[in-house]
Amino acid sequence: MLGDLKEIVQVFSREYSKTPKLLKIVDCFILYALTVAALQFAYMNLFGSFPYNAFLGGFFCTLGFAVLTVCFRMQIDVTQTEGADKLGNLEKVFADYCVACVFLFFVSISYVG
Amino acid sequence: MATPARMRKVGVAGEKGETRNKGEVEKEQTQSPIAATIEITTLVLIAAVAFSIRLFSIVKYESVIHEFDPYFNYRVTQLASEKGVDAFWNFFDERTWYPLGRVVGGTIYPGLTLTATWLYKVLQNVFKLHPVNVKDVCVMIGPLFSSFTAISTYLMVRQVRSRGAGLLAASFVATIPSYISRSVAGSYDNEAVAIFALTFTFYLYLKSIKTGSMFWGVCASLSYFYMVSSWGGYTFIINLIPIHALALLIINKFSTNLYTGYSMFIINGTVLAMVLPVIGFNAVETSEHFSGFFVLALMNGVALVKYLKRTLTEAAYNKALRLFVTASIGVMGIVSLAVITFAMTSPTLRWSGRSLSLLDPTYASKYIPIIASVSEHQAPSWSSFINDLRLGIILMGSGIISCFRPLSEGSLFLVIWGVLSVYFSAVMVRLMLVLAPAACCLAGIALSDVLEVLCKSYHITAPAPEETVTSPSKKKRKGRRNSRSESGLGAIPRPLALLGISGTIFVLSYHLFHCSFLGGEGYSSPSIILQSRTRDGGVYIFDDYREGYSWLRENTDYEAKVASWWDYGYQTTAMADRTVLVDNNTWNNTHIATVGRAMASPEEKAWVQFRKLDVDYVFVIFGGLVGYSSDDINKFLWMVRIGGGVYGDIKERDYIGEGYYRIDEKASPTMLNTLMYKLSYYRFAETVGRDGMDRVRNTKFGNPDITLNYFQEVFTSKHWMIRIYKVLDSPTLEQA
Repeated sequence: MLGDLKEIVQVFSREYSKTPKLLKIVDCFILYALTVAALQFAYMNLFGSFPYNAFLGGFFCTLGFAVLTVCFRMQIDVTQTEGADKLGNLEKVFADYCVACVFLFFVSISYVG
Repeated sequence: MATPARMRKVGVAGEKGETRNKGEVEKEQTQSPIAATIEITTLVLIAAVAFSIRLFSIVKYESVIHEFDPYFNYRVTQLASEKGVDAFWNFFDERTWYPLGRVVGGTIYPGLTLTATWLYKVLQNVFKLHPVNVKDVCVMIGPLFSSFTAISTYLMVRQVRSRGAGLLAASFVATIPSYISRSVAGSYDNEAVAIFALTFTFYLYLKSIKTGSMFWGVCASLSYFYMVSSWGGYTFIINLIPIHALALLIINKFSTNLYTGYSMFIINGTVLAMVLPVIGFNAVETSEHFSGFFVLALMNGVALVKYLKRTLTEAAYNKALRLFVTASIGVMGIVSLAVITFAMTSPTLRWSGRSLSLLDPTYASKYIPIIASVSEHQAPSWSSFINDLRLGIILMGSGIISCFRPLSEGSLFLVIWGVLSVYFSAVMVRLMLVLAPAACCLAGIALSDVLEVLCKSYHITAPAPEETVTSPSKKKRKGRRNSRSESGLGAIPRPLALLGISGTIFVLSYHLFHCSFLGGEGYSSPSIILQSRTRDGGVYIFDDYREGYSWLRENTDYEAKVASWWDYGYQTTAMADRTVLVDNNTWNNTHIATVGRAMASPEEKAWVQFRKLDVDYVFVIFGGLVGYSSDDINKFLWMVRIGGGVYGDIKERDYIGEGYYRIDEKASPTMLNTLMYKLSYYRFAETVGRDGMDRVRNTKFGNPDITLNYFQEVFTSKHWMIRIYKVLDSPTLEQA
């Protein structure tokens, strides 16, 4: 069992190193957002949920950001969208992504306080 | 009246022309300018029809607010437009639910009121239309948003299927009686804007999962926000969309676009919905909303698995899968155990009574009489399906079938929407409104497929034998959705096709005729003004409600408290401007039960109870003189049930006379002594005689010699429909 796991991790890290740098940066972002979400969740469970709206705002903001970034990553993943004019597509997707993020942050900020 | 009729005809004709053109146009995938012009003209005409078909109520009656709830909405809108939106959010209404009051700003769905307020402000400040007052805006909201619904239905079905189907669906939704009944001019209720929000949200959502664009995802969640802010029926959306997504996952249609559209919708939608005070933390705490999160988690799992499958080598992936399966079985066991215990113990994991009565249709009648007592929460009769949906329900089945050829994300959505809403509308008659647009979309798709076949075979001019027609065209038609043409039916002889087309046009015209008849005759009544036909063909108006309310407004003290059954609470606060004990926002069952108990008690006890609540006036609605059947005596058993649900001293069986609920000599003595009975039939014998008939129940009434010692009749309207009594300070003893 453990050996299997080790092998899987090895294969994964080998295959993952082939990913383009841009995607790696995006992956970091996703991981970062998920970590923050997990931290908030843990904090809520450990120290109580008193400003519940603030927790919800922060939690949904980070979660939403992670999900958005996953969407973004999926759409720019070159191996996935093997089509023409990737660059134009990339710009359009990035614009969309920015709009969605700004929107999410604006909504989330109404929970703070 | 002639103009709408003519417009409708043009609408039908234009529609047919478009569908016919459509057949040709589709082949080259571009649209000729003529077709585009016809399409836009037709759409504008459909929107005009949707607007004008709802104006019958103004033509026949006058420009008034209808029924019960709209009066409250109107009152709040007045407040918001006079004192500003901040006053609306902070509105604490002390003139209702006396002595409790009600936090209005935090408990109503603000969409409708704010829409009307902003519309009013725009008309006043931008267009400088000063003669337009708030009431006119409120009256016109229904028709206006119906035309928006028609347009958004067109957009949605065009997105799912084709332009022709879109136009047909729009024309159906513009005229479907079920929807007309909730959105005629004056019916200023949440549903009037909510159906637009519903169809528009679905359109944007389907667009976002089709294109995968995050921008459309944002738009969809904004539209969902509008839906949430306008109607409690938003739970239908937040459950329908996960079910659809789950179905797509099950049939292995996961795609990047689906992931983008769905996850954005759930996350943004939830965050936005929580902003509203009426939803608040419910959006993350009640079970109605959980399906969305569950499917979101599942979808992320699927995405992860797909990603691993692409990244890992096959051997490693298989190992990982095996590991994952063994681990997940263990984890799932623990998780489901935890969930079950959580569900058993957690107080927050609650379903609201209305939702529970949807899942278990017998729930409300067993446990919550106040939900069961509302007529729009009853199950509909079969005839109302046919009557209210007409062609929609007839063509719905074939629409579902034609959605499966081919099955796209959008058409699967329509199928699920249709099937679920059939169930829900069968449980609760007001949810017929959710079924109506689904039935229209499906019917539009079915009919456009039929017309497409007919028109295509009309255009195949060469009268060749069937084999030669079908075999070359087979290649051309590859991927065509309609199976009838593929199975050889595409080559219907020309005259037969012509017959079919004209038959369809005839059926559609007949449908429109029926709908406008029903819209004009059946669903236009404001229910505060009643009409009847006199023998010589004239119209006779019963205006007793307004007579009674204006009496209260003119002749009683501003601070007077008025007791009545909760149905009339909103109207009393809005039209008579007096404080009421209970109203149509049935948030406090106990308070309603108190009023029900007082009405069902003997006079003296009732007097004590009303005095305790500072009541100055009591009024009852009585239809016995003119045969108005929705009066208080007919609602009385519900007062008994609701009162008995809280107070043990009220028992339903005491009020049942010999064999059944009756009011004649064989009625039970308890019944004959209740306050309600006395207030209704007091001095009735003087008018109709001791052997007179109650014209609603068509029986004699049991007790002609009613004396009142604790109440004094102060006003009875012209047709006795509204009878107002003063609660005396001390009993009169002369006749006791």
